[in-house]
Amino acid sequence: MITPENLVYEKTKVMTDRVLHYCPGCGHGTAHRMLAEVIDELGIQGDTIGVAPVGCSVLAYYYFNVDMQEAAHGRAPAVATGIKRVLPEKYVFTYQGDGDLAAIGTAETIHACNRGENILIVFINNGIYGMTGGQMAPTTLPGMKSSTSPRGRDVATMGNPLKITELIAELPGTYFVTRQSVHTPGNARKTRRALKKALEYQKLNKGTCFVEIVANCPSGWKMTPVQSNKWMEEHMFSFYPLGDIKVPEK
Amino acid sequence: MKELRLMKGNEALAEAAIRAGADAYFGYPITPQSEVIEYLMRENPADRTGMQVLQAESEVAAINMIYGAAGCGKRAITSSSSPGISLKMEGISYIAGAELPCVVVNVVRAGPGLGTIQPSQSDYFQAVKGGGHGDYKMIVLAPATVQESVDYVKLGFDLAFKYRNPVMILSDGIIGQMMEKVELFEQMPRSTEEYDWATVGKKPGKNSVFVTSLQLQSEEQEKVNLRLQAKYRVIEKNEVRYETYMCDDAEYLFVAFGSCARITRKSMEMAREKGHKVGLIRPQTLYPFPEEVIYEMGGRVKGILTVEMNAGQMVEDVKLAVNGQCPVKHFGRFGGMIPSPDEILNALEQKIIGG
Repeated sequence: MITPENLVYEKTKVMTDRVLHYCPGCGHGTAHRMLAEVIDELGIQGDTIGVAPVGCSVLAYYYFNVDMQEAAHGRAPAVATGIKRVLPEKYVFTYQGDGDLAAIGTAETIHACNRGENILIVFINNGIYGMTGGQMAPTTLPGMKSSTSPRGRDVATMGNPLKITELIAELPGTYFVTRQSVHTPGNARKTRRALKKALEYQKLNKGTCFVEIVANCPSGWKMTPVQSNKWMEEHMFSFYPLGDIKVPEK
Repeated sequence: MKELRLMKGNEALAEAAIRAGADAYFGYPITPQSEVIEYLMRENPADRTGMQVLQAESEVAAINMIYGAAGCGKRAITSSSSPGISLKMEGISYIAGAELPCVVVNVVRAGPGLGTIQPSQSDYFQAVKGGGHGDYKMIVLAPATVQESVDYVKLGFDLAFKYRNPVMILSDGIIGQMMEKVELFEQMPRSTEEYDWATVGKKPGKNSVFVTSLQLQSEEQEKVNLRLQAKYRVIEKNEVRYETYMCDDAEYLFVAFGSCARITRKSMEMAREKGHKVGLIRPQTLYPFPEEVIYEMGGRVKGILTVEMNAGQMVEDVKLAVNGQCPVKHFGRFGGMIPSPDEILNALEQKIIGG
């Protein structure tokens, strides 16, 4: 029996009760919850406006219990710019996958960051197009198989994976750039701390905060959730090392 | 107080945006309309009204910034010219689908492709038939003077918010570039109204708001389409605007819009001097199109000539409206060429009166 005395965990009210459509074992659910918990903890639910992308998290507005807009593919940073420019006192975030942010939306991403828009960009990098059924992403690793690189990504003809987060960190407009994961409780807690810092920094009007979350895609990678997390540790993290890339100067 | 000024079309339109209480302008430079953003940057309306102005990295980004600001219930306006408008079409479709209000100005230049920077009306189809993907309509206003460019900014915002629909001001390089006397309306305050469909932060005890054009279930998407279509029928009923010149005794009729209508008016006067009883209908809204008056005139005149700076676009809508009651022909110059009153009169005599 749950009573107020023995209650140790409660789902944040910043997530709705809607059942997530994400595949079992996918990182999106945890990433959503970390962000929602931080919004809750900071008490900014009524002052936050989110922007959903096109991709697996296209329906993110069903799950985050904050006002949200659904952007065209890749355009979330431009939509967020429009929101933040007319409502500068609000907390504005985008939540985007790798295809959305680092392929079709590269220009919007780089220019929003270069202008130093005071927004939070949450970047879910799982190296694959999940929603459309496992095609190659801009972040797909060399040799990694996908439905459009069935013999593995051949960098000679398909190009190299794009380390957009490192690129972003070079821009003077960004204030805080970090790469995290959510596949273990410890990593999820680190992500949570990074998201909290990023939203707190938004009050300072010092520039764009960019939190990459390297995530697994069991369905797209054709692995079990456990296998996919192991594969992510062994392959993704060596190419996309976790940790802060740009931190505010003291 | 009303203010009389001699102004370039693009600059007058920019000033009108400030005075109409716009909250934001997002745009990208392109000839022949770059004076809009140049004027706004020079004028710095943040100091006058708090209006935000931003030069985006592309037309694509600009229209999506408009989406974001409009989704917050703010008065947002962008401007571009033909190639740039093509880039904005994705965003306009999303704006129409999400039912957001905004004003998009197209100072048309000749195409296709990069075309030329000279004036044209060759984006008529793109403006009134959709342009982007999906079944949607923009309300399309066609100014013929610098004065109308100014007045339609205000009217455009009113209609956009009345119907939660994108409004296009379909201007052209002539109107954008020429200087004319213009009466500026008084500065209006920026609206502080909050709308229940806008994302301004979730209110306690109320559901969160989301702005979207996505419905994964066909049954739901069809409902959205039916709702949009019902709205368009109301717009068609209420918002048709046009002017008629000397139509009462007309035996022949010109139909022309925008700058072309001004040139055609001269041709009409010249034809009258030669004894031809010619009238002119000038649609001010291209969508909704003034079908009824054209149908009615089609039953009374011997023939209709549309005059357009394109290869024949509005002529299709005139033919649909006339419904076979009389011959309908088109005369156009294109590729940036502007028809002269003489050649229009000549076309009338050749194609309609003698035809």
